[in-house]
Amino acid sequence: MDDEQISIVMAGHVDHGKSTVIGRLLAETNALPKGKLEQVQATCRRNARPFEYAFLLDALKDEQAQGITIDAARCFFRTAKRRYTLIDAPGHIEFLKNMITGASRAEAALLVIDAKEGIRENSKRHGYMMSMLGLRQLAVLVNKMDLVAYDRDAFERIREDFSRFLERLGIRPEAFIPVSGMGGANIAARGPETPWYTGPTVLEQIDAFRRAESSATLPFRLPVQDIYKFTAQGDDRRIVTGTIETGTIAVGDGVVFLPSGKTSRVKSIEYFNGPVKRTASAGEAPGFTLETQIYVKPGEWMVKAGEPPPRVSTRFRVNLFWMGRAPMVRDKAYKLKLGALRCPVKLVEVLTVLDATELTTVANKQQIDRHDVAEVVLETPKPAAFDVVADIEQTGRLVIVDNNEIAGAGIILAPADAAESTLQQHIRAREIAWKSSAIARGDRASAYGHGAKFVVFTCADEAVGETFARALERTLFAMNYKAYYLGMENVTRGLDADLRAANDLRDDHIRRLGELARILTDSGQIFITSVANVDDYDLKTLELLNSPNEIMTIHIGQNVFDAFTPNLRIESCEDLATGIGAVCSLLRKKKVILDYEI
Amino acid sequence: MTHLDRLEASSVHIFREAYREFKNLVMLWSIGKDSTVLLWLARKAFFGHVPFPLMHIDTAFKIPEMIAYRDKMALEWRLDLIVGQNRAALAAQSTFPAGKLTRVECCRALKSEALKHSLSGEWPRLRMDHTAGRLMEDLKPEAFTGVIVGARADEEGSRSKERYFSARDQQSEWDVGDQPPELWKQYKTDFAPGTHVRIHPLLDWTELNIWEYIERENIPIIPLYFDRGTGRRYRSLGCYPCTSDVESTAKNVAEIVAELRTGKFADIAERSGREQDKEDAGGLETLRRGGYM
Repeated sequence: MDDEQISIVMAGHVDHGKSTVIGRLLAETNALPKGKLEQVQATCRRNARPFEYAFLLDALKDEQAQGITIDAARCFFRTAKRRYTLIDAPGHIEFLKNMITGASRAEAALLVIDAKEGIRENSKRHGYMMSMLGLRQLAVLVNKMDLVAYDRDAFERIREDFSRFLERLGIRPEAFIPVSGMGGANIAARGPETPWYTGPTVLEQIDAFRRAESSATLPFRLPVQDIYKFTAQGDDRRIVTGTIETGTIAVGDGVVFLPSGKTSRVKSIEYFNGPVKRTASAGEAPGFTLETQIYVKPGEWMVKAGEPPPRVSTRFRVNLFWMGRAPMVRDKAYKLKLGALRCPVKLVEVLTVLDATELTTVANKQQIDRHDVAEVVLETPKPAAFDVVADIEQTGRLVIVDNNEIAGAGIILAPADAAESTLQQHIRAREIAWKSSAIARGDRASAYGHGAKFVVFTCADEAVGETFARALERTLFAMNYKAYYLGMENVTRGLDADLRAANDLRDDHIRRLGELARILTDSGQIFITSVANVDDYDLKTLELLNSPNEIMTIHIGQNVFDAFTPNLRIESCEDLATGIGAVCSLLRKKKVILDYEI
Repeated sequence: MTHLDRLEASSVHIFREAYREFKNLVMLWSIGKDSTVLLWLARKAFFGHVPFPLMHIDTAFKIPEMIAYRDKMALEWRLDLIVGQNRAALAAQSTFPAGKLTRVECCRALKSEALKHSLSGEWPRLRMDHTAGRLMEDLKPEAFTGVIVGARADEEGSRSKERYFSARDQQSEWDVGDQPPELWKQYKTDFAPGTHVRIHPLLDWTELNIWEYIERENIPIIPLYFDRGTGRRYRSLGCYPCTSDVESTAKNVAEIVAELRTGKFADIAERSGREQDKEDAGGLETLRRGGYM
C-alpha cells in the first residue's frame, strides 16, 4: 500500500443518493468498525425504519430524522492501493456552504446524479463550485440505475447533457459510471446488470485519481501568518512564520516582502524537533529568520527575489460566490481575507451576475444575493498583494467576511485599473459641493495672527504621542494661538458612537478624524491630534481628507513607514521640550506661526 | 512530503491562526495520546514553546497514573497547567460511581459543567506553581474564549462533522446544521463578543496517524497504553469506572502501530471501551451539543 492518502468529496443534488453510495463503499471495503453496522441496524429496528446504508454516515439525529445530509461528514477507508478520506457533502441548497467546505478539502470529486430524476439544479451548481474551487478531477456516478431498469439510453442521455455542461466550465470528467447504491452495481465490483458498461467501477476510478501535483516548482509564496519572538521564554530568535503556498526557498535566498517592498535574506529555516533544513517548499509550515532586522507585518507575502512577483493593487476583478444571508452591496465595509492579509474591502462595481446552473448572465443587478455568482470589482483602502488565478491559483483566492461570517469566496481574475479610488472620488465630490466661508482664509489668518494647520503626531506608544500633542497645544495656547487638541478616544466615544462593530472600525475612525480636520482647519485653527500604530496609508488618508487644507506629520520614535516621509521625526521620546521646540520651529518655517524673535 | 508531514503542517497552521486571532486562548489536555500529540504540535508551531495555558478537567475518577504523569510533564516542560473540577458535585457525591447519576449525566456534571465553569473562571481552579513545584489555587482565574481541543473526525459520527474553528454560543450549544464555511485555509475567526470558539487542529488525524506520529517524533506517552505484562492495555483513556482496558500484548508504540494497521484492532472502534457512548442512540452527540469535548 502506498503511503498516501487522498481526499475525495461526494457531491450532487439532494436525494440523489450520495450517502447510500458511500455507505455501500464503506461496507464493501470492510472499512466499518466492528459493531457499527449492527448498531445502526439496531437503531433502525428501534425506530421501525428500514435500514439504509446512508444511515451509517448520517450519524446525527437531525439527519436521520430528515433523511438528508446537513453537514459535510468525513469517513475513512482504504483500498489495496492507498488510504482515503471520503467527504459526504450535503446536496440541499440550504447547506451549500457546507458543500463548499467539503469540496475545498478534497483533491477529487464524485458527483452523483439520479438516473431517474436526471440532472438537477444542484448537480450543475456543484459542478460550477468545483471548477471555482479549483477541483479538476471529477467522475460522475449515474446512480439509482435500478430504478430505470439499468437502461443504457437513460445513462447515455445524462452523460451527453452533463458532459456538455462541464465542458463549458473547463472540466473533463474522468468517467461516467452507471451505479446502484441500493443494489451495489459497479461500486466495488462490476454489475452483471450493466453488461454494456466497460468503464471502471467506482473503486477502480478512485484508485485512478492522482494526488494534487506539487506546486513546489511555482514561484515562492509565503503568506506571513505571524512574527514570533518568545523573549520571555529566553528565546531571542525573531521568526517569520507561515505555510508555504507555492515554490521553494533555501537558506541564503534573497526575499522581498509585499506590498511593503522590504527586502532581506533568509538566514535560517526553523523547525522544531527535526534535522537542520536548508530548503523548504510548498505545503510546509516552517519558520524563517532573516539576516537583517526589518519591520514586517503579518499579512504581507514573502516572495523570492528574482522570481515573478505578485501584483500589487487596491482594486481587483474577482469572480465571487456569495453565501451570506444579507446580500453584498456597494459602499459597505466588509473584511477581506487573502492569504494572511486581513483588511477592509468594498464592493465598487458589479460587472455581471451569473446563474451558476444555466451559465447565463442575469439582468443588470447592483447587489449580489445569496447563492449568486458574480464578477465584481473590489477595492481595499491600502494596496494588497496577490496573484491572478491564471498565474497561481493558490494565491489568487480570497474570502469576504460580513457580520463576522465568511459570506463570500472568490478568485482574482485581474488587477483592476484604479484611476481614482473611492476616497478620491468622495473628496472630489465633497470639494465641488463645499460652500466656502464668506471670510477669506488670509483675512482669518491675519485676524488670528497665524495660519491654520492639521498637526498629526504618530508614535508606536499611544501615551507618548498624546503627551507630545498635549504639550504642543499648551505651548501654542500660551502664545495666544488658537490651537486645539483632540484625541482619538473622544472621536470614537462621541462622533463614532453610532458605528457598529461589524468589522474593524479603525478605518472609519481615521476617516471621521480626517473629515473633522477638514472642518477645524477651515475655521482657521491649529488642530492637533495623535494616532498610534499608523502606516503610510493611514497618513495619506488623513492628508487627503484634510485637503485642500494643510497637514503636518510628526513621527516619534523608530521609523515604521515603508515610503512615507513625515514632515518631522523626533527620535527620542524622552526629551519633550526639545521635541516641542523642533515642532514650533517647523511651524515657523512653514509660516503657520509668526516669529516674534525677528 | 509524507501524509504525516502534511497533517503536521496543516495542524501547525491552525495553531498559528488561533494564536494570532484569539487573546484568551487555552488548550485542553486530557493526558491521553491525542492531546499529547496536540501538545507536541503546539511546540512545533511555536518552535519549542507553548505560549498559552493548558487546562485539565479532573473528574477525580481518572486513572491515578494519569494525574501523576500530568504533573510530571507539566513541571518538566514548564507548562502553564490549570486544573478544573466540579467540586460541588463531588462533595455531594452526585456521580455515577456513587450511584446517583447515569453515565451520561455523570459526564455532563463532571466534564461538561466543570469545563464550562472552569473556562469562564466562575469556579475555583488550580494552577501549577513552578516555583513551589505543585498545584496551587488559581488566584486570578481569567475567562477563556478560544479553546484548543484534540477532537478527531474518525472518533465517531458527530465529530466527523466538526469545523477546525467551531463556534459555541454562550450556552456552549453547537448548531450542527449551521456551521461556517471553511475553505482555502480560511476559517471563521471573527466573532460576536461572548462567543466561545473550539479549535480543532487534529480533526483530520486518524487513530493510526496519531500513533504513527508518536513513533516518528518519539513523543513521550503515558505507559497505560502499553501492555506491561498483564496481556491487557488501554486503547483509550478516561475515568476508571467507565473505561475498560483491552486484551492486547502491544508493549511499545511500534507494536501498537502494527496492531492498528493489520492486527486485531484494524476494524474495532477506538471508543468501544467507553461505556457512555452506548447508553442512548446518539449518546455522544447529545453530550457534544451540550458542550462535551
